[in-house]
Amino acid sequence: MKKGALFIVAAVGLLLVFLFGTLIYKSVKSDSSAQLAEGNRVHLVRMHSPTLGKDDAPVVIVEFLDPACATCREFYPLVKKMMAANPDRIRLVLRYAPFHDGSDKVVAVLAAARKQGKFWPALEALLAAQAQWVLDHKPQVALVWKHLEGLGLNLEQLRTDMAAPEIARMIAQDLEDARVLNVTKTPEFFVNGKPLPSFGYDPLKDLVDKTLASARRAGES
Amino acid sequence: MSNETTAWTLIFGAWLVASVSTLGALFFGEVMQLPPCVLCWYQRIFMFPLVLILPIGLFPFDRKVIRYALPLAVLGWLIAVFHLLLVAGVIPESIKPCTQGVPCSATVIEWFGFVTIPLLSAVAFSTIIAFLVPAYPRDSK
Repeated sequence: MKKGALFIVAAVGLLLVFLFGTLIYKSVKSDSSAQLAEGNRVHLVRMHSPTLGKDDAPVVIVEFLDPACATCREFYPLVKKMMAANPDRIRLVLRYAPFHDGSDKVVAVLAAARKQGKFWPALEALLAAQAQWVLDHKPQVALVWKHLEGLGLNLEQLRTDMAAPEIARMIAQDLEDARVLNVTKTPEFFVNGKPLPSFGYDPLKDLVDKTLASARRAGES
Repeated sequence: MSNETTAWTLIFGAWLVASVSTLGALFFGEVMQLPPCVLCWYQRIFMFPLVLILPIGLFPFDRKVIRYALPLAVLGWLIAVFHLLLVAGVIPESIKPCTQGVPCSATVIEWFGFVTIPLLSAVAFSTIIAFLVPAYPRDSK
């Protein structure tokens, strides 16, 4: 039947165009975001950023993180696991991307906790309790305090510190860097300056493993 | 060309437009990751089913399928026109239905200076209606 053949050819043709378009778009896009990161190295790592791991580790993961983002909470232990599996070989640099409305206040709390040397415990406590202070996708800074008790923080001091202008400047700088690097979603990862080819745990693990392997080869030769 | 064949071709043409629009919307949303605004979702609701309903009327040919497809196309067209007026600023901001997420009045794509996603949608719904109306069986036996 001629009409049936016409219909099938049209349907298959449209699907093929869609699939090829998708492939072309993805490859163009990943090239351009790699170039963007390459051309804007200075925006990737700032002196003010909290880091974890040895300074001379061969692999540096830069993570743009929003403490109110549920996916960031899920990725955090996975990144820690990767670091634990490769001791002294991975350094984590955290950049703030408080995209949720009100998240910048929570970032200010974390930055103030950092002044007391408790950044990572505070971040881990807040991520673990995220459901209790992010209500209906809205972070409530008033609800974070009780989750910070027991970490040995001077909360009185912390409340004063979090209003410091340098903290506001640092958050503004991180947001500006996120804009330059076209980071619109969290978490976003860069491994030794390279963006993930596509989002997900497996692409991240692949890229980290590849970078670790090539660093090992470079070390041996 | 007999009357029947013309009608079949018109419905087939409407299906082509609906399929291109559906795949295009999926490309914008899933591949380019542009989040659809609320009005875009309503237009999708009326566009996507046409891709399935119209071929059911093509094989075997039953032009009564237009009775089921045309209301969808007309409602989708109305929403697309509303969306266009909203983007153009004819309808004031205050009555737009989206307050959170992506504002419907935001322009995410502009080709050649005037082609926006709501315009593509309005053109697609208009073309589908223009194809379906002449194929409608007027002399019901």
